[in-house]
Amino acid sequence: MVAAPTIRPAARRQPRPAAVRIRKPKSWTLTALTTVMLLYTLLPLAWLVISASKTQEGLLSTFGLWFGGDFALFHNIGEVFTYQGGIYLRWLGNTVFYVVLGAGGATLLSALAGYGLAKFPFPGRKAVFAVILGAVAVPPTALAVPTFLLFAKMGITDTVWAVIIPSLMIPFSLYLMWVFATDTVPDEILESARVDGAGEFRIFFRLAVPLLSPGLVTALLFNVVVTWNNLFLPLIMLKDRNLYPITMGIYTWNQQSQTVGGDVVFHLVITGSLLAIVPLIAAFLLLQRYWQSGLAVGSVKQ
Amino acid sequence: MTDADVEAALQAGGNLTVWAWEPTLTKVVADFQVKYPKVKVNLIKNGSGNDQYTALQNAIKAGTGVPDLAQIEYFALPQFALSKAVADLNTFGAKSLDGTFTPGPWTSVHAGDKIYGLPMDSGPMALFYNKEVFDKYGIQVPATWEEYAAAAEKLHKANPKSWITSDSGDAGFTTSMIWQAGGRPYRVDGTNVSINFDDAGTKKWTGLWQGLIDKKLLAPVPGWSDAWYKGLGDGTIASLVIGAWMPPNLESGVKAASGKWRVAPMPQWASGEKVTSENGGSSLAVTEASQNKTLAYGFMKYATVGDGAQSRTDEGAFPATTKQINADAFKSKEFPYLGGQKANEVLAEAAAQVATGWSYLPFQVYANSVYNDSVGKAYTGGSTLQDGLKAWQESSTKYGQEQGFTIR
Repeated sequence: MVAAPTIRPAARRQPRPAAVRIRKPKSWTLTALTTVMLLYTLLPLAWLVISASKTQEGLLSTFGLWFGGDFALFHNIGEVFTYQGGIYLRWLGNTVFYVVLGAGGATLLSALAGYGLAKFPFPGRKAVFAVILGAVAVPPTALAVPTFLLFAKMGITDTVWAVIIPSLMIPFSLYLMWVFATDTVPDEILESARVDGAGEFRIFFRLAVPLLSPGLVTALLFNVVVTWNNLFLPLIMLKDRNLYPITMGIYTWNQQSQTVGGDVVFHLVITGSLLAIVPLIAAFLLLQRYWQSGLAVGSVKQ
Repeated sequence: MTDADVEAALQAGGNLTVWAWEPTLTKVVADFQVKYPKVKVNLIKNGSGNDQYTALQNAIKAGTGVPDLAQIEYFALPQFALSKAVADLNTFGAKSLDGTFTPGPWTSVHAGDKIYGLPMDSGPMALFYNKEVFDKYGIQVPATWEEYAAAAEKLHKANPKSWITSDSGDAGFTTSMIWQAGGRPYRVDGTNVSINFDDAGTKKWTGLWQGLIDKKLLAPVPGWSDAWYKGLGDGTIASLVIGAWMPPNLESGVKAASGKWRVAPMPQWASGEKVTSENGGSSLAVTEASQNKTLAYGFMKYATVGDGAQSRTDEGAFPATTKQINADAFKSKEFPYLGGQKANEVLAEAAAQVATGWSYLPFQVYANSVYNDSVGKAYTGGSTLQDGLKAWQESSTKYGQEQGFTIR
């Protein structure tokens, strides 16, 4: 039994011996560039937060990057959760459901497949490699309509499966797990486990998974973001409003402003969008610890 | 198929799926199910406009999940009619509804002798303007396009942050404007199509509009964006030439300007003329794939000419039926948003003045989707409207030929 890596950020932050410490010259260009990038990244978020505090009229009559008029954030939040019979909460729940099954399943499948491809030589492995690399290059948007036609034949469009099944296949995640498994799971450990009489599944779950866990978290995080933000696939597959993920729901609220007699609710679109990213931010904060430790893997020769 | 057969189908009941985004249909469906309790109507708001057409085409291609009824705008109906996606309603005696609808929308649901939908609403064009802004800068409501261009110049000179209107390239608006100016760029006879933006009517419009673009008298704001709503609210976009369905959108999206807007007849090409065109508006159509067309037709008739027509009008839709449009209660309705104006008097008159002889392409949905690739350049100064329209004509022609149309 091999213990899971216990490297924590704190442990890694210990000062190196003075002999190898290199004095870093300060680069103003780099600092300026980083600051610009930071602003570029944070500005839309700031806009979102500020805009969410405004009423519909305030949004259209005050300067976008500063607070103006009444502070309506809590009122807006209340309205988001009650508008159209409180369907927002249902959409949020749907997204969580799609993410748990879709992103969770995708991570498990890519771990299994990546590990298998990395550790079990078999004829045609190179071909599989080529197919996966090719699949990474195909944008999911291009596959949506063929997938729709396929699912229509199977009679599962407009069901939760139409969203979950395609979400289970994320080629990039598989590629990531494969590379990770090649690097972090030593063949010697697998062989000694086999000598001890452990079955392959037992070896995978008891030995490989703990070793793979930083990579798993990275893949999981990646898959969660992809699935959480998925818009195009549900747009094509789903008709029933009650099955919409949050992205589709907000999209339809936004579309209302472009239809005859539609209710214009920009303030709810914005507040709804802000609320929709909160769980993603939480996921990042919770998982980053594991994720960070994963980034260092492979950087030192063992 | 007679009316009695349709009534029998309604009494017998069944399930109907309707894809429509028109908000007043929610009430129509509720009322309908009270009247015909054995019919279960599943109303699906499946995106609006192009989103829905894509979904509909996908479903038809897949051969499953096609709704019984779909809302289809007039410009898109020929496309679905020609591909036999929607059923000819002559089977159900729709011809007997002649005279029930105003001429503009009624013509729009026809292709030759066939009738492919029943009009739900209509969009005769009118001039919506911000009276407060007009008064402030001493601008008369323009009755002709000449006066309109003069007003555009005067307004922008008086306040460089104010524009007579906004336009950044909108295929629907362009075709409606050419329609009013007497241009008939599209001629359609079955699969024989001709496209020609070189006619006098088209040139009349491009002459005027190019002048406004050249003098930078149009706000470069895309319609229906948040910036557009903002401009309509704060007076920077002072007027709109748009369909009669606009008042509820102003009420909902531009609350800040309540009481400031008014409606006037669409400006004319010659003083004293009374010619308008249609902008927007949609029909309900029964799909060819529907398993229960008679029942679907029954619902459709209820929603468009039956009790539904009245309740939709009451909810704010602009009717396509002569009965509703000519009713005293409708015409004398005061709009608090429009300063208490009896706006429907102006709009109903516009509905009766729609120029005849217009047709859309049997692949207008596609054509509109590439409008900005060709004509869009005219708005950014890279080309002219007339050249842009020529390029649009070429890309439409090419696509039409690929689809098997004979294009002259």
